[in-house]
Amino acid sequence: MALKTEHMVLNMGPQHPSTHGVLRLELEIEGELVNKVTPHLGYLHRCFEKHAEAMQYNQVVPYTDRLDYLASIGNNFGYALAVEKLMGIQVPERVEYIRVIMAELQRIASHLVAIGSNGADIGALTPFLYLFRDREHILSIIEETCGARMLYNYIWIGGLSHDIHPDFVRKTKEFVNYFKPTIVELDNLLSFNKIFIERTANIGILPVDTAINFGASGPTLRGSGIKFDLRRDDPYSIYDRFDFEIPVGKGLMGTVGDCWDRYNVRIREMEQSLRIIEQAVDNIPEGDVQSAIPKRIKPPKGTVYKRVENPRGELGYFIISDGTVNPFRVKVRAPSFVNLEVLGELCKGNLVADIIAILGSIDIVLGEVDR
Amino acid sequence: MKSAEEIFDILKKKFGDAVLSLDKDTPVEQIISIDPLKINLISKYLRENPELQFDSLMCLSGVDDANGIKVKDAEGNEIIEGGTLSVYYNLHSVSLKHKITLKVSTPRNDPQIESLEKIWKSANWHEREAFDLIGIKFLNHPDLRRILMPYDWDEFTEEISRHPLRKDYKNPEFYQGMKVPY
Repeated sequence: MALKTEHMVLNMGPQHPSTHGVLRLELEIEGELVNKVTPHLGYLHRCFEKHAEAMQYNQVVPYTDRLDYLASIGNNFGYALAVEKLMGIQVPERVEYIRVIMAELQRIASHLVAIGSNGADIGALTPFLYLFRDREHILSIIEETCGARMLYNYIWIGGLSHDIHPDFVRKTKEFVNYFKPTIVELDNLLSFNKIFIERTANIGILPVDTAINFGASGPTLRGSGIKFDLRRDDPYSIYDRFDFEIPVGKGLMGTVGDCWDRYNVRIREMEQSLRIIEQAVDNIPEGDVQSAIPKRIKPPKGTVYKRVENPRGELGYFIISDGTVNPFRVKVRAPSFVNLEVLGELCKGNLVADIIAILGSIDIVLGEVDR
Repeated sequence: MKSAEEIFDILKKKFGDAVLSLDKDTPVEQIISIDPLKINLISKYLRENPELQFDSLMCLSGVDDANGIKVKDAEGNEIIEGGTLSVYYNLHSVSLKHKITLKVSTPRNDPQIESLEKIWKSANWHEREAFDLIGIKFLNHPDLRRILMPYDWDEFTEEISRHPLRKDYKNPEFYQGMKVPY
């Protein structure tokens, strides 16, 4: 006998702990099943793009920190690369190496939060605390170098704000050695946990075609089984010198492109980041990190679109220069903004409780969704 | 993998006058200008042609070109009259790994561009954003609402304060009875 259900509109957020910030979802449900999800954004809109037009090029860097505040180095990196491409600046080798190491450390730190909060959302609170403990190591390493824990303003156009701390290499190596066994611990604690698998496998399956058509990128795209990583497919900085693999979703626990695959891609990516750090940290050349910083940043007239692989996906900066000291237009193609759009597609026909698991597996940061 | 020149030649041969020009002067990106009401046909071709296979829209940016004449309106605000608004499309092929930038320009007093939502789903929110912040109307868009700004922004503000990324934007004094420049 079929149960009689009632069509209902349910509001979730904007202050719900599992919405990772202030996101409001309007759910149209039929009993426990979700028919339609309409996200409402803009609660954190702070006019980054309008601000950037009033600033000089170098003054925009601290604003980029506040886009994806869990991966600030990546945001600085992309912006600096875009302006450098516009101006034709070649940065010293030392700067390239430090940038790559910092970006990879930041990727691990960011994935730790993503994985931890994904688990915490669906009830596994313990791994969350363990992962924050590990993340603290990375934040201390970066803090020692540039004085800030989250909003670094570290990568400048043409160089870096500070040279690395004398202890940096030693501490980074220590961290790599410390962190390798903790990934195994994490696998035992969460990845292969029966309850966690039950909650994430075969849930929110994202086929490859849909993912590409929706413009999804980063672990959300790779979880669907396609090897696409800008560090290899559109190499920037010195990523082409390092040997690393691109983990993709294989459907180990269920179907390719489910929540567990997206989760697993992040863990395997942390291992690859460690590999890149190991290869880079011993080869940092000597030099001055500020020698290529231009005295006056005044790019020629032109248009540039530069994209980098941020922890959440493809972060693109579209900059139009009119030949003055202020950018004419800065548009940020934020990975979370684009990835969030696919949520409506993933949630159709799932249970209300699964929306939390799906949202956690997409891993959004509202700071860059709303800009 | 094809260069911007080759792609331009293919499009020019197929669509003739709807493909306007290839901008070679810009130092970094080479930009193909397109007719705003043919952009959906050309985009469909770009996606479906086996030689091109542009399966992904990376970025869509609305821009106020601010190339009109600056005049004063009745209240003494400096506004821009005439000129164009533009949209830039950054396309990319995941399988063939080439990239291209398209540009369409539309008159500022009646900005209308065909929506690409049916070709690339990622255009949906990007177009809503361009509509919200620049004020470009996308024809045949399924859900053209504001996305980042409040939905009721229009009700409480003057014409000049509707779209913040326009170059002649002026902060409204009040929004819902709250003083804005606090």
